[in-house]
Amino acid sequence: MSTPTTSTPSPTPASRLRTGAGTFLANNGALVGLVALCLALFIATPNFLTGPNLLNIGIQASTIAVLAFGMTFVIVAGGIDLSVGSVAALSAMASAWVYSAAGLPGGLSLLAGLATGAALGAISGIAIAFGRLPSFIATLAMLSVARGLTLVLSDGRPIATSPAVSFLGGTLFGIPVPILVLAVAGLVAAFILNRTVVGRSMYAVGGNAEAARLSGIPVKRVLVTVFALAGVYAALAGMLLAGRLNSAQPQAAAGYELDAIAAVVIGGASLAGGVGRVSGTLVGALILAVIRNGLNLLNVSSFWQQVVIGLVIAVAVGIDVLRRKNTRH
Amino acid sequence: MSTPSADAPLLTLENVSKSFGPVRVIDDVTVHVRRGHVQVLLGENGAGKSTLIKMMSGIYQPDGGRILVDGGPVVLDGVRAAESHGIATIHQELNLVPTMSVAENVLMGRLPSRAGLLDKRAMRTTARRALDRIGLDVDVDQPVGELGVARQQLVEIAKALSLDARMLILDEPTAALTHGEIDALFGVVEDLRADGVGMVFISHHLEEIARIGDDVSVLRDGSLVAEVPASTDEDELVRHMVGRDIADHHPRRREYTGPDEVLLDVQHLSRHGVVDDISFQVRAGEVLGIAGLVGAGRTELLRAVAGADPYDAGTVTVRGGALPAKDVGSAIAAGVGHVPEDRKSQGLVLGASVNENIGYATLRSTARLGLVDRPGQRRRAQDVADRLRIRMRDIDQTARDLSGGNQQKIVFARWVLAGSQVLLLDEPTRGVDVGARVEIYEFINAITADGGAVVMVSSDLPEVLGMSDRILVMSGGHVAGELEGEDATEDRVMALAVRDVDRDAEDHSEGTSA
Ligand SMILES: Nc1ncnc2c1ncn2[C@@H]1O[C@H](COP(=O)(O)OP(=O)(O)OP(=O)(O)O)[C@@H](O)[C@H]1O
Ligand SMILES: [Mg+2]
Repeated sequence: MSTPTTSTPSPTPASRLRTGAGTFLANNGALVGLVALCLALFIATPNFLTGPNLLNIGIQASTIAVLAFGMTFVIVAGGIDLSVGSVAALSAMASAWVYSAAGLPGGLSLLAGLATGAALGAISGIAIAFGRLPSFIATLAMLSVARGLTLVLSDGRPIATSPAVSFLGGTLFGIPVPILVLAVAGLVAAFILNRTVVGRSMYAVGGNAEAARLSGIPVKRVLVTVFALAGVYAALAGMLLAGRLNSAQPQAAAGYELDAIAAVVIGGASLAGGVGRVSGTLVGALILAVIRNGLNLLNVSSFWQQVVIGLVIAVAVGIDVLRRKNTRH
Repeated sequence: MSTPSADAPLLTLENVSKSFGPVRVIDDVTVHVRRGHVQVLLGENGAGKSTLIKMMSGIYQPDGGRILVDGGPVVLDGVRAAESHGIATIHQELNLVPTMSVAENVLMGRLPSRAGLLDKRAMRTTARRALDRIGLDVDVDQPVGELGVARQQLVEIAKALSLDARMLILDEPTAALTHGEIDALFGVVEDLRADGVGMVFISHHLEEIARIGDDVSVLRDGSLVAEVPASTDEDELVRHMVGRDIADHHPRRREYTGPDEVLLDVQHLSRHGVVDDISFQVRAGEVLGIAGLVGAGRTELLRAVAGADPYDAGTVTVRGGALPAKDVGSAIAAGVGHVPEDRKSQGLVLGASVNENIGYATLRSTARLGLVDRPGQRRRAQDVADRLRIRMRDIDQTARDLSGGNQQKIVFARWVLAGSQVLLLDEPTRGVDVGARVEIYEFINAITADGGAVVMVSSDLPEVLGMSDRILVMSGGHVAGELEGEDATEDRVMALAVRDVDRDAEDHSEGTSA
């Protein structure tokens, strides 16, 4: 969303500049962090700021970013979705299966994957909205169920994807398709959150579900939509991943839900609900990808990478909490 | 600590100022809290009363000026620091943990322990004692969230009393209370005054000022505009506060001349244990007041009619069309608007902007192809906010940062925007200042003049009597009686309100002895 323009009685241009810069920093702390990170890596290694490496980062970021866009809906609406990694895997597997085993044409197999994600998400959403399960529990169950079904469907072996899905791993006019998908998925998510009735309702439900209900917002329907959308985004992420390998892997995207949650939270969303932006989530996903990439370039072992990522999450959210405390008073 | 001098005020805010960002909300204000003395803060919504008391209780620090305790400067950099100087505060908004018990809430932050273990017995007895002091008869083990707003407010008061403070700050403690409860609270205030406790008291009910206040500091737009004795005539207080005269405090006018039509028809509405076989009708152009004690089922009745809660039997009909039970959306579509009892937990999304909050009920109906009509929504919200004179920086300000009375106006504005024809108002002017209250009354007049109908639950008797065309008195979940015209007097309302309570108590004891 736009930064609120404050029409206060005639501040001097200098003070306006100062408060303007202050608001920008307060709203874009993660962005500043990302730029600083890039500068540091640019100085530390000559390999960072090269075309191929930047495209590589974009491709690396795309899966987590798309998952995290879906997660943004959920967190804005005051929930959490632990199942997105498993749903990504099952959706990609379902898409590959209908193509390889059932012989559906490629384009339809892509749609089948998305539909699988939507259905799985909607099931979680129904359990949460109508069955009154906490989203943590419902999606934890779905995490296990979807992963299990992936193994059942594939018998534990990879299945080749359709050309349509493999195309998602390719390039178009010299640009890697995952980066294009990331851009489109992000724009669509931002559009839904900012412009549509259901998107604005998500903020209301996450901010105060009871007030939303008493204002006539169909809270349950909104929740089902939220989780179905998260499922669609998870399916898209799963097929991006499978497209790059030309096959759907039974263990794909395991544990990715945590990276997705981290990206959303680093991007400034509140786990309490009601707050979050797609642009912030994108920055969060990029920060994770840049750190991984930078540590690789600097030859840091993958064991240490995990430690660093954990610390970054703690620091980013810690800064955010402090920032909120200062602006509140 | 400072050297305590015998006749220095207990606490002084000396020339304090406070800004939020570029907006100065308190400007060079001095207020004293004296031993055995009730200092009243008076001012319109957003004048800065709560901000001042938050400086006393360590929540905000002044940007300029000093705070003196017993004549010596102190820094109150947190609630703990304030409490260590003997300052206890009852905040305007409830600060309770709904899922924890009444006793735990009363002793929050200082739970008694023995050998590191929670001493439940001591906790219960201490809490019980504090509750008895204000005459609140609830189970101390019950979760606070199950109590109504008024009882929660009493728990909040008990919590502050149990601190045995030297200074007690009461920010609109009476807004949610009924007559009897206010009497009990004022009894406690008298006791504390006799014990030498210094108090600060905020209320939008002017008659309460003369009853328990000693001196009044009048604030306008963050500045001190007058200091007068509490015995000052009410009209003059209003003049200091709003800078103009308010001739009629309850300006009810019936101006509807259209066809006589029943807008809202409720028949035999029952919900087990809450409301019992309630029937009433409200006609176009009419205001029906619903009076009764706390716990009489007034809020529950309103919520059932609004579709917020389910009911077991009965029908709700609007303009001849039956409404499905527990379906807020259908009720809104039929023209019903509901201003709930507690704006913070039921009325507002506090983290969202004023603009968004005003627009929730019309989000769907004004959308095209599922897309929000953002410019239109903004224009309409701005227009309603201006008409209701909501005091805010701009329409994008977070609802949380508005003063209590202005928050209430936001909820009201939502239904004005939705063009609701049947308004269900639950304590509509709770915490709203005199001037704004009259503005809300004028809106009630305008809505009824246009052929709308209003049902107003209120614990403020002068308001019910002054604004209702007809009054339904509830007691123990059923209708105890209906009053109209000359019959509607304070005494008769109260007589009806308590009648069935006594009867219920008898029923109950008969039941248990049998
Ligand atoms: N945290 C905050 N951030 C920004 N503005 C604030 C904040 N808290 C209060 N304000 C503003 O300060 C002004 C004074 O608010 P305050 O709550 O002190 O009013 P009040 O006199 O207590 O009103 P009421 O009678 O409605 O309770 C208001 O204009 C309000 O919008
Ligand atoms: Mg206040």
